[in-house]
Amino acid sequence: MSETSTTARAQILNGIRRSLRRGEITGEQRQAVEARLARPPLGPAVARARLAQPEKVALFCQWAETNNATVARVAAPDVAAEVVSFLARNNLPARAAMAPSPLLAGYDWDSQKMLSLRQGRGEANDQVSVTGAFAGIAETGTLVMASGPDHPVTLNLLPDTHIVVIRESDIVSGYEEVWTRLRERYGKNRMPRTVNTITGPSRTGDIEQAMELGAHGPRRMHIVVVRE
Amino acid sequence: MGRAQLMESTARDFNDNVDHALADPNLQDSLAKLKVGFSERRRQAAERLPEFEVLRDRARDIKNHALANLDFYLEEFERKVLALGGHVHWAPTAADARRIIGELCQSMGARTVAKSKSMVAEEIALNEHLEELGIAPIETDLGEYIIQLRREPPSHIIAPAVHLTKDQVADTFLEHHAKLGFTKRLTERNDLVAEARHVLRQKFLDADVGLTGANFLVAETGSSMLVTNEGNADLSNTLPRMHIVLASIEKVIPTLEDAAVLLRVLARSATGQESSAYTTLNTGPKRPGDLDGPEHYHVVILDNGRSAVLGTEMQEILRCIRCGACMNHCPVYGAIGGHAYGWVYPGPLGAVLTPQLIGVEEAGNLPNASTFCGRCESVCPVRIPLPKLMRHWREREFERHLTPTAVRQGLALWSFVARRPALYRRLTGLTNRVLALFGRAEGRYRALPLAGGWTRFRDLPAPPAGGTFHAQWKKRRP
Repeated sequence: MSETSTTARAQILNGIRRSLRRGEITGEQRQAVEARLARPPLGPAVARARLAQPEKVALFCQWAETNNATVARVAAPDVAAEVVSFLARNNLPARAAMAPSPLLAGYDWDSQKMLSLRQGRGEANDQVSVTGAFAGIAETGTLVMASGPDHPVTLNLLPDTHIVVIRESDIVSGYEEVWTRLRERYGKNRMPRTVNTITGPSRTGDIEQAMELGAHGPRRMHIVVVRE
Repeated sequence: MGRAQLMESTARDFNDNVDHALADPNLQDSLAKLKVGFSERRRQAAERLPEFEVLRDRARDIKNHALANLDFYLEEFERKVLALGGHVHWAPTAADARRIIGELCQSMGARTVAKSKSMVAEEIALNEHLEELGIAPIETDLGEYIIQLRREPPSHIIAPAVHLTKDQVADTFLEHHAKLGFTKRLTERNDLVAEARHVLRQKFLDADVGLTGANFLVAETGSSMLVTNEGNADLSNTLPRMHIVLASIEKVIPTLEDAAVLLRVLARSATGQESSAYTTLNTGPKRPGDLDGPEHYHVVILDNGRSAVLGTEMQEILRCIRCGACMNHCPVYGAIGGHAYGWVYPGPLGAVLTPQLIGVEEAGNLPNASTFCGRCESVCPVRIPLPKLMRHWREREFERHLTPTAVRQGLALWSFVARRPALYRRLTGLTNRVLALFGRAEGRYRALPLAGGWTRFRDLPAPPAGGTFHAQWKKRRP
C-alpha cells in the first residue's frame, strides 16, 4: 500500500473511532463480533417457504412464473428434447451456447440431431444460452448461479434467451440455505468470483414506471426443472 | 472541504426550484403516476409477507450493529478482498475518490468506462472528473442513460428519469441516436428500451473499465453486493478488464445472513418486487480457469463526511439502504419531484443527508420541506425517524440564525401572542370570524389573504364551524 493510502485508511478508521468515542475494538467486544462473524445469526424465518421438498419445488415454479419466467418440469432423459421443443415453440433457431458443465453434459443431447451446441462463454451475438444453476430459491422463484470454469457469467447475461436446467434437489427454501451450500462447496470465506441470483428475465421500469422486459440481460427465461 | 469537489448544488435556490417544478406540466404528469405506482406496489408486497415488520426490526438492528462496529467490519472486509486478489482504496474525501478512480482508469489506458447507476458517483461528480481526463463515462442504467443524454441530474435515487414522459424520452433518443442510424421517432416504450439496449450493448463490449456502486459490502466474504433489474451492473462487472466498486463506508454489513434480511426488505420497499431481477455478489477478480470476468478488481471506500455523523443525533440516517420508499411516499416529493431538492439525494432522505454532506448553510431549506406527516418513517425499511432528524436540522438552522427574517419575526410574533392567553383567544376568535367570509361553507379555502403562495396550487382545508378550538373545548369539556 502506498503512503497516501495508509494515511487515508488511518484517517477514516480513526475518524470512526473518534466519533464512536472509543479506540480499536478489543477484549470482550472484539470476541463478540468475531464470534458473530464466525457463526452468523439467522434472520427471522420466512414461513411461506418452509415446506416439504415437493411443495417447495411447486412454490419455486409458481414464483418463477409470476416473475415472467416460463417453467417446464421433465424427467432427466427428456431435458434435451424439452430444450429443442421450447426453441421450436418460440420460433428460435436450434442453436445455443452451453455452459461447459459436467452435469449438463450428462443429459442426452445426442438424441437431438437438429440442435447445434457450442460450449464456452457467452458472446455478444448469442441468441440462446443453456446453463445449470447452483440452486433455486423457493421463496421468490430465484435462481442462483455460481461462476467458475463450468459456468461463465456471460451466459447469464448476453443471450436474448436464457434456458436454465435445475434439479429438484437443488431447490431450497431461502437465501440462508444457499449460503450454507456455498460455504460447503467453496469453503468458508472463499466465494466464487460471482454469485448471480436471478429472478426472471431482465427488466426496467425506467420509462414512466411501466415494466418492460429485456433491458440489458435476457428478454426470456425458461427454467427446466428436472424431476428426480 | 471545497464545494467544487462535489456535485454542484442548487439546494440554496429551493424556493425557486419549487415554483418551477409546480409549473411544469410534464413533471406533474410523471409525479401523478409515482403516487399510485411505487407506493401501492410496496403496500401489496408488504402485505404478502407476514414477517415484513419483524424483518424491518431486524434490518434496523443489523445496521445499528454494523455502525457500532464499523471500523472492525471495514477492516475485515478489506482483509477478505485482499486475500482473493482484489484491492481496497480508502478515500476520506470526494476529491480522493475521484483521483483514485481517475488513476485506475488511466492505468488501463481507458477511453470509456461503463457505469452502472451509483448515487455515490453522482455525489462526488465522478463523470465530470473523468471527462476532464478525456475518459468517456457511459451510464448504462436506462434511466441514467436517458438523463446523461439530456445532461440532467437524476430526480430519484432508484428511478433517475422518473420525471420524464415517454415522449420526452423519444425526442431525446431521436436527437442522440440519429447519428447512429436510428432516424425514426419511436412511440412505444418497448421500442425505446430495445433501441437503448442495442446502442449500449456495443458500448459494454468496448468499455475498458466497469464501474458500479454497491448496495452492501459483506465483511464476512469480502463481497460487494449489487441489486438491479436491468442486468447492466452485471455486464459492467463482467465484460471490461477492470471492475471498480465505489461504495461509502456505511454500506458494510457483517455476514451473508444479514444480507438475506436486508434484501427481503429492500426490493419490497423500493419497487414492491418480491426480489429484484439481479442480485449479485462480486468477490475479487477472475479466477484461474474462469472464461470471463475482470482481471482487476478494486473497491474504493468513501467517507466524505459520514464518519463524523457517527455518535451524533443524526447517526440513524447512516442506516439508510437507499430504497427510495421515503420519497415515494412523501407528499412534498410527490408535488415537486427530485430536481427541486437541488442535489443528489431528494425527498426526506435528502432533507436529512444533504445538509450533512454539503452544509446547513447551503441546504437549510430542505429540512423545512416537510409537513411532518410521518409517512416516510412509517415505510422506512430500517425505521429511520426521518421527521425527528429533519426537526434536528430545523433547530440547528434556527440556532445559527439561518432562518429567513420573515419566518423568525413570524415565530417571535406567535410566541408573543401564545404567551398571553387572553390576547391569543381574542385574536383567534377574530381570525375565525374573518375566515368565515372566505368560503368556509365549502369546506375549503380557494384563496386567502397572505396565503396566496399556498392557495395558488391547492386549497386549504377549512376547520368545521363552531368557533375556535378553545371555544369548542370549553363547550365540550365534561
